[in-house]
Amino acid sequence: MSAIIEMRRLRKVYSAPAGGSRARKSLPGGARTSPPRGACVSGGIAALDSLDLQVEEGEFFGLLGPNGAGKTTTIGILTTRVRATSGEAFVAGANVATQDVEVRRRIGVVPQRPNPDRGLNVLENLVFHGAYFGLSTSEAHRRAMDLLEQFEIADRAHAKVDNLSGGQQQRLMIARALLHGPQVLFLDEPTVGLDPQARLSFWGVLRRLHGEGRTIVMTTHYMHEADELCDRLAIIDRGKLLALDTPARLVARAPGATLIDLFVEGDSSAAAERCRTIDGISQVDSVSGELRAYSTRGGELIPALIRAAEAAGCRVENINLSKPSLETLFISLTGRKLD
Amino acid sequence: MTGARTSLGSVRIAEAPLATSEVFLAMLRRDLRVARRELPFFLLRTALQPLMLMVVFGFLLPRMGMMPKAYKATLLPGVLALSITLSAIQSIALPMVAQFGFSREIEDRLLAPIPTHLVALELVVAATLQGILAGLFVLPCGRLIMGPIPGLALSNAAQILSVMTLGAATFSALGLFIGCAIKPEQIGLMFSTIIGPMIFFGCTYYPWTGLATVPALKYAVLVNPLVYVAEGMRGALTPGVPHMDLFVVTLALLALMLILWHVGLRAFMKRAIG
Repeated sequence: MSAIIEMRRLRKVYSAPAGGSRARKSLPGGARTSPPRGACVSGGIAALDSLDLQVEEGEFFGLLGPNGAGKTTTIGILTTRVRATSGEAFVAGANVATQDVEVRRRIGVVPQRPNPDRGLNVLENLVFHGAYFGLSTSEAHRRAMDLLEQFEIADRAHAKVDNLSGGQQQRLMIARALLHGPQVLFLDEPTVGLDPQARLSFWGVLRRLHGEGRTIVMTTHYMHEADELCDRLAIIDRGKLLALDTPARLVARAPGATLIDLFVEGDSSAAAERCRTIDGISQVDSVSGELRAYSTRGGELIPALIRAAEAAGCRVENINLSKPSLETLFISLTGRKLD
Repeated sequence: MTGARTSLGSVRIAEAPLATSEVFLAMLRRDLRVARRELPFFLLRTALQPLMLMVVFGFLLPRMGMMPKAYKATLLPGVLALSITLSAIQSIALPMVAQFGFSREIEDRLLAPIPTHLVALELVVAATLQGILAGLFVLPCGRLIMGPIPGLALSNAAQILSVMTLGAATFSALGLFIGCAIKPEQIGLMFSTIIGPMIFFGCTYYPWTGLATVPALKYAVLVNPLVYVAEGMRGALTPGVPHMDLFVVTLALLALMLILWHVGLRAFMKRAIG
């Protein structure tokens, strides 16, 4: 296998302050795009901070991170819609900065929020997209009908796109992204806003595409989705790469075993001190009213944790248990939850 | 979804060079398809106001004896200029506001294999064609509404078309800038603060030379591109009424077009590439 995508010390600094309208509107992907919340550096906010990554040909690669982690900026740079401040990136052998037209020829993009051409009907959306990529009308029409049938929206071929459901619009988006036969498919949070059934159906399509050998790069902040679909995952936050491996190996790196979250009222740092002395607790973090304890003996240590917290003058209000997972790994890496 | 019997769109490694002109023309076809579909609304939006102006000022008032019949020769080119320019601006500014704003539907074209500035150029060309179309629709309507126009020179077809094209292109470039630089909630404000004064101080209802009575205004309005379109239309369509020299009009419109294209493209690129 060889690298079809390569990022070298990729860095993107937005000049506007985090949450500024300029940074938000300049990102592709639409209204759900979060403003970058990367590290403050001189001259702005670093949405991407020296990112080095490679994606192999035929790989299903996931970019996992919370909103504002830099996922959409990464996709934006790789799809030529965002210009990197420094560093280099290559997609299918073409430099995204200097050979943008070549890159665009070789990629298909499924946006975060469906953005069909509302002046055209469903079929025209695909046929005109084909024309933008040099397909003849008859060839584009043939491919379009083929894809619409496979995605079970052929009966809506002449419908206005506004009359499609969210799931149907998203399937139209993936049909459009595939129409010109791209080498690499980029999906930016493609299942946000889909109901569970539509999401499962969409996963089926992605699995098929992957099975056919297509290179897929997908951003998500759904742990389960990343775990289910991706060959390899990069966990990023604040523009930095935190971990990179297969989902199984990443889960194996999750600390301790079961994560027990205790939501407490009172001095949680004092409670954390006491909890650390409990046998079977490998690590305890205290985060504003929350105690995160990693237990090697599962939930059986909950009573001991409650007693320790109460002895420190805290009142336990809620408890949550999580098995070792990408989520617990993420929390241990960043101290934050993935939401 | 159906079972995996057939491939979901095979990978097409298209190394054969793809002509930029082919992509450009496909986008133009797209815009013309959408425009054709919306033609009745387009004509209503762009021609209704100029037509009503001609009914009042070119038909009713002269019949009432409150306006000399010769005024029609001044009014027709002015109203025509108004139709062309308003139509060109609206054809590009309104879609840009929507497509860069909530619908994001321009992204499919921004991801097409064509240099991004050519996407902007295509939008300007499409809006220019729509401006010319509006002019070609309003011209015969005006003749029908107002009756015979003293000194109407339809034989100057080449000059008429060239002023129409330059005027429409200049205002399409302005529309590109407005559509990319203005926030959706400011659109109403734009019409009342930019377009309104531009119309009333654009020599649409009176010839530029008539402003000699207020010299300061006569020279201040020269920053208004509509002045050159209205005066150019007079020079081409009703050369008997006072008008600016067509050579001056052409030079001014070319210069304004290049300036507005430059600022419009900058605003477009800022929105297109983060």
